[in-house]
Amino acid sequence: MSRQATAATRRSTLPARLREQWLLTLFTLPGLALLLAFQYYPLLGNVIAFKDYLPFLGVWDSPWVGLDNFAPLISGDPRFMNALLNTLLITLVQTVVAFPVPIMLALALNALVSERVKRVVQSILYLPHFLSWVIVVALFQQFLGGSGLINNTLRASGLDPIHIIGNPDVFIALLTAQVTWKDAGWAMILFLAALSRIDAELYEAAAVDGASRGRQLWHITLPGLRGIVVLLLILKLGDSLSVGFEQLILQQAAVGLDAAEVLDTYVYNNGIAGGNWGQSAAVGLVKGIVGVVLVLSANKVAHLFGEDGVYKR
Amino acid sequence: MRILTALVMAAACALVLVPFAGIISTSLAPSDQVTRSGGMVLIPESISLDAYRSVLSGGVVTRALLVSIGVTVVGTAVSLSVSALLAYATSRRHMVGRTAVVTLILLSLLFTPGMIPSYLAVKDFGLINSYAALVLPVALSAFNVIVMRAFFLGLPGEVTDAARIDGANEWQIFTRIALPLSRAMLAVVGLFYAVGYWNAFFTALLYLDDAARWPLQLVLRTYVVNENPLGAADLGIDRLPAQPSLQMAILVTSVVPILCIYPFLQRHFATGVLTGAVKG
Repeated sequence: MSRQATAATRRSTLPARLREQWLLTLFTLPGLALLLAFQYYPLLGNVIAFKDYLPFLGVWDSPWVGLDNFAPLISGDPRFMNALLNTLLITLVQTVVAFPVPIMLALALNALVSERVKRVVQSILYLPHFLSWVIVVALFQQFLGGSGLINNTLRASGLDPIHIIGNPDVFIALLTAQVTWKDAGWAMILFLAALSRIDAELYEAAAVDGASRGRQLWHITLPGLRGIVVLLLILKLGDSLSVGFEQLILQQAAVGLDAAEVLDTYVYNNGIAGGNWGQSAAVGLVKGIVGVVLVLSANKVAHLFGEDGVYKR
Repeated sequence: MRILTALVMAAACALVLVPFAGIISTSLAPSDQVTRSGGMVLIPESISLDAYRSVLSGGVVTRALLVSIGVTVVGTAVSLSVSALLAYATSRRHMVGRTAVVTLILLSLLFTPGMIPSYLAVKDFGLINSYAALVLPVALSAFNVIVMRAFFLGLPGEVTDAARIDGANEWQIFTRIALPLSRAMLAVVGLFYAVGYWNAFFTALLYLDDAARWPLQLVLRTYVVNENPLGAADLGIDRLPAQPSLQMAILVTSVVPILCIYPFLQRHFATGVLTGAVKG
């Protein structure tokens, strides 16, 4: 350290350092205020799950009712059970059907030779991720709806129209198609990053040893993707009780609650629209706790198998 | 094998692009052609801007468009400045209480408040039916703060140390050194915030009862997804083009801003600003 620097250090006396520190503290205040007001204050507001919420008394002064609000959960209220089963079924189908699509897309894209073509394809496939659910649902209607392009074409050529939009029997398939259309391209970005980190020498060595393309895929490429697959499955598991609120609420009226009610829309319909604040908050609270427990335990399992998971040990 | 791969990729791209082409050409097609086809038109006979003129002539759609633009501009400015300040402060090693603040940010990713408590909090703060309710509850994304903080932590320490020794205070280091060095990162995070505000549907559905304050996404739901017919009075005009033309024009109007900023967004994907942070 030069003499100048030592002098400077000495010059930064306590008042000066406090002044500097003050600025940093000041910097955090707006962010902290938002965090406390809209993240931590509502977390405390979960006490409403144990109260009978009366709007004129507010959250804090409403009377306590113990576990009364959890009655629909405990007794298996049919509307609640329907929402729970729909949620689990939709999550299951989407994990099995939609999850592998971006992996296959990434592998196919990686097999393309020209870098320019690759970039163009990537740009096109990422695009739907940036559209809102309202737009995606509207686009699907314009193409598959009763007076959409496909049915108009069928009718014009004298064929029977297909009932897709608003048909409860194919609703989960429709949801899965929408999720895939919107996000499969974007989900690819993480797999592409993982693929680019695989050492190219591994493939050269395997080729020299006479390994076929299939064996290279099985022994080099797929193991290279394992970390990110585990990470995403853990996050997916933590989210397994939330299936796209916006996507569902937009299409609920057309399909009916039997097929289209999930936990989040149940909380909305029953609580905010229906006024059963305490009961809905109870469902939301249990859902939140289950989500956290799922993430933490899935992470534990990932550690047991030697993976990093969401956070490291 | 190679041909099959190319075909799959071509089909995937077509699946993405055809819907855009469909709504754009229908919105531009003359009204009588749209009526004849019963909806979607793939190749317009001639180009007509009637649908756009009706939608943008000062009725419900125009008002919603202005609300969306205002919320997006103000919201992005608020989000970006609050997040950058928080991320910068927590990236400074000598900050008092740094660990506590970072822990608060990280824990907010794990423990998210439910819909009912969030609604009641917004109600407690008296924000129901205010435009502030579309901004403040979603203004701070903990994920974005973590991305930004990682970036600030990666800035060369020698430069900021030298500035401190020369007597610069933290505000000067932040505005004259940290921000200019982070332009690309700020652009990406800002664009992500902007897309979020533009597309916001949930906050408006939850916190706004008053239809006069609706942003574009709720107008889209009412008139395009739920197919409520738009009347001439809603739009403030005399002659009404075919409903599908109007629907497509609203759809295109809400997609165009995304398409305009998309090239700027996607230029940064390759640089790994995001994937690096996700993995790190």
